[in-house]
Amino acid sequence: MVELTIDGTKVRVMEGTSVLEAAREMGIVIPTLCYYPGLTSYGECRVCLVEVAKGKGRSSLEASCAMPVEAGMVVLTNSEKAVKARKVVMELLIASCPTSKTLQDMASNMGINKIRFAIKDRGCILCGRCVRFCKEQMRSGGIGFVGRGTSRKVATAFGVTPVECRNCGGCEWICPVCERACTANNLVNGLCGGCQNVAPVETCRICIGCSESVGAHGHSVY
Amino acid sequence: MNKLKSAAELERLRKKIVSQRDPKRTCVVTSVGTCGLARGAAGVAQAIAAELNKDGLKDTVDFRTTGCHGFCEIEPVVVIYPQRIVYQHVTPADVPEILSETVAKGKVIDRLLYTDPASGRKIIYEQDIPFYGKQYRLLTDSIRFIDPHNLDDYIALGGYSALSKALFDMHPEEALDEISKSGLRGRGGAGYPTFRKWEAMRSAPSYDGIRYVICNADEGDPGAYMDRSLLEGNPHNIIEGMIIGAHTMGSHDGYVYVRNEYPLAVQNLGIALEQAREYGFLGKNILGSGFDFDIKISRGGGAFICGESTALMASLEGHIGEPRQKHIHTAMKGLYGRPTDLNNVETWANVPLIINRGAKWYTKIGTEGSKGTKIFSLVGKINNTGLVEVPMGITLREMVYDIGGGIPDGKKFKAVQTGGPSGGCIPESLLDLSVDFDRLNEAGSMMGSGGMIVMDENTCMVDMARYFVKFLTEESCGKCVPCREGLDRMLDLLNAVTEGKGKKADIDLLEELGGVIKEASLCGLGGTAPNPVLSTLRYFRDEYKAHVVDKRCPAGVCKALIKFTVDAVNCTGCRVCAKECPEGAITGEKKKLHVIDQEKCVKCGLCRDLCKFDAVLVS
Repeated sequence: MVELTIDGTKVRVMEGTSVLEAAREMGIVIPTLCYYPGLTSYGECRVCLVEVAKGKGRSSLEASCAMPVEAGMVVLTNSEKAVKARKVVMELLIASCPTSKTLQDMASNMGINKIRFAIKDRGCILCGRCVRFCKEQMRSGGIGFVGRGTSRKVATAFGVTPVECRNCGGCEWICPVCERACTANNLVNGLCGGCQNVAPVETCRICIGCSESVGAHGHSVY
Repeated sequence: MNKLKSAAELERLRKKIVSQRDPKRTCVVTSVGTCGLARGAAGVAQAIAAELNKDGLKDTVDFRTTGCHGFCEIEPVVVIYPQRIVYQHVTPADVPEILSETVAKGKVIDRLLYTDPASGRKIIYEQDIPFYGKQYRLLTDSIRFIDPHNLDDYIALGGYSALSKALFDMHPEEALDEISKSGLRGRGGAGYPTFRKWEAMRSAPSYDGIRYVICNADEGDPGAYMDRSLLEGNPHNIIEGMIIGAHTMGSHDGYVYVRNEYPLAVQNLGIALEQAREYGFLGKNILGSGFDFDIKISRGGGAFICGESTALMASLEGHIGEPRQKHIHTAMKGLYGRPTDLNNVETWANVPLIINRGAKWYTKIGTEGSKGTKIFSLVGKINNTGLVEVPMGITLREMVYDIGGGIPDGKKFKAVQTGGPSGGCIPESLLDLSVDFDRLNEAGSMMGSGGMIVMDENTCMVDMARYFVKFLTEESCGKCVPCREGLDRMLDLLNAVTEGKGKKADIDLLEELGGVIKEASLCGLGGTAPNPVLSTLRYFRDEYKAHVVDKRCPAGVCKALIKFTVDAVNCTGCRVCAKECPEGAITGEKKKLHVIDQEKCVKCGLCRDLCKFDAVLVS
């Protein structure tokens, strides 16, 4: 067991647990996108950033999903620095994929009311959930990343359906963007305005307006 | 060649090689590194070889082709030893004269001599060139004595003696202790203490006992070529360093990950590895010590990101070259999940020196926190372009003015960019900053792999930042959001600023976005990518303001914000600009004032470059 401090509370968890899982165990909510239980952590989306103290008054931002717990670690999940970085990252995500309801709702939960960057709809946030699901859960590896930088995309090898693909549809199922596409076509300040408040969504008794309440796969009640 | 089976055999061989060589014998040396070849050194080398054969001088005169000597500005260069007479910009046509006059009669050919731009005097001898004066050429000096295809040259200079010392006279613990005491820090850029890496990798458990040492020769920074030069010129130095490292850490497999864009380095290294195996420095039972080690070459596919440790290892394994989270260090779990040690070319090159001459000697060079020397590639708006090796702690002013010879055409110095594309710009006010890992970090830049780009007053800092961000946007692997999308949006903002479409809020947004990219990115590329923008915002904020508020580019670079006009006083009506203008935008009769048609002008700036009377103005 490893003892660490999250948001001022001491907690003991199994070695090898990620900071995200440890925080969730305590009921602390950290938004996530590319993280999915059962898949290896990838650390792409950076919305689960938390502040980790490094001693001598210094600290760094780390993706909590990919950060294993260490003894004596001091983590702040909601510090000003972490929240600010998450917000900018969220703005960047929406700017590259404004038609995802999941993203729009998360932005709404974070209190973002304007996207300051140019909207370039790429239709994909390259979170790699589908790639990892295909490889790790379906044992297929039919899809992967192609290209570098802004021309990176998820594709099959040489653009043809590979023999490995069994048409399971898992890639589509696990996608946080495709599954709940937002139909809003009149973005204001880059945001759709949000149907979150009108859509009938089940909420916890102690709802804190976390991203989980509107997650892609229904609702997990804590 | 029979394999050497003991340290004594190596020493016997060394004695034999040295006794066969006469230091007073005339030797013609020409450098055929990549920089020399680009300027026609291959032709010069061929001509020398042919002439020597023809004149029958072959028996009395030696001829050696070496790697780059460092002063790339004067390539192709021919040096005549033992006098050390240097000739610059030599063409094959000059070769017969050099051999008949200088080599045979000892006469110096005046027109081929190097002229010092500062004093205007001609310099005959290599050691008198001011470019070399303030340097401390610990690693690069031997390059001029070594034909990289000839292992005997390296052995004659004491090569592989550090290896036999480490194998027979030292326990691995002692070698590690020596590296620790020397204070050697990684030369790849981050400056991580080398012994810590070694120690961690050495004590990391490996389930099947396999451990790897890797040499990082994926040098991707534009305008930086120190590693290339070392690999081309003195490959055995790096091989020796790697064997010592492997012996210290208990590894038996090594890799050199080198860019495929360095064909000569790959070729020379391949030959060197072959020879080292032949002599018994690599392979089974090295020098009869019972230690086995071999090195393979892996050629990179041209991705900048593959210089990052985890991306490099992913690429070596055959996966996409993208980094992973480094919460578990590569020293614990690296290549193929085994403990792996990765060091830069220059770091490896330092190892034999430290083992041979001791940490006590090594720590005398450099500053408190940064020991030894560092090789920089000094490029940009500077008189003496080339590779310079300086002791840590030298000031930037000494590098730019004493070694670099100042700015050409009497222009004013504006800034120096250190650390490659993700380094920062250092302004004139900080020219007395000492060059070491910590001071550069404090100034918002970094040591990086050693690129040093000098900029004069005609450089627009916003445009410069835009150029580097463009490079990094293209070279980002695209894995994490802040780097992929953040840099792309940062480039959009900078494009808007340079095109005069920027808003005042953009400057603050750039700063905020830069801060987040730096903090939130997954690897070191994203973590340092905003540096060009953040450091120019820190030291040259006024220029950004001029672009967005006054809609003008103070340096006269950003095309959307400038206008070329002809000065009525200075224009002599020589018609040069009118004739050369590619758009035909300049009209005017002979000896009368010329006029630029603003509609047609594409702002290429050719007229300004051509005008001998400074009559073309930029506003």
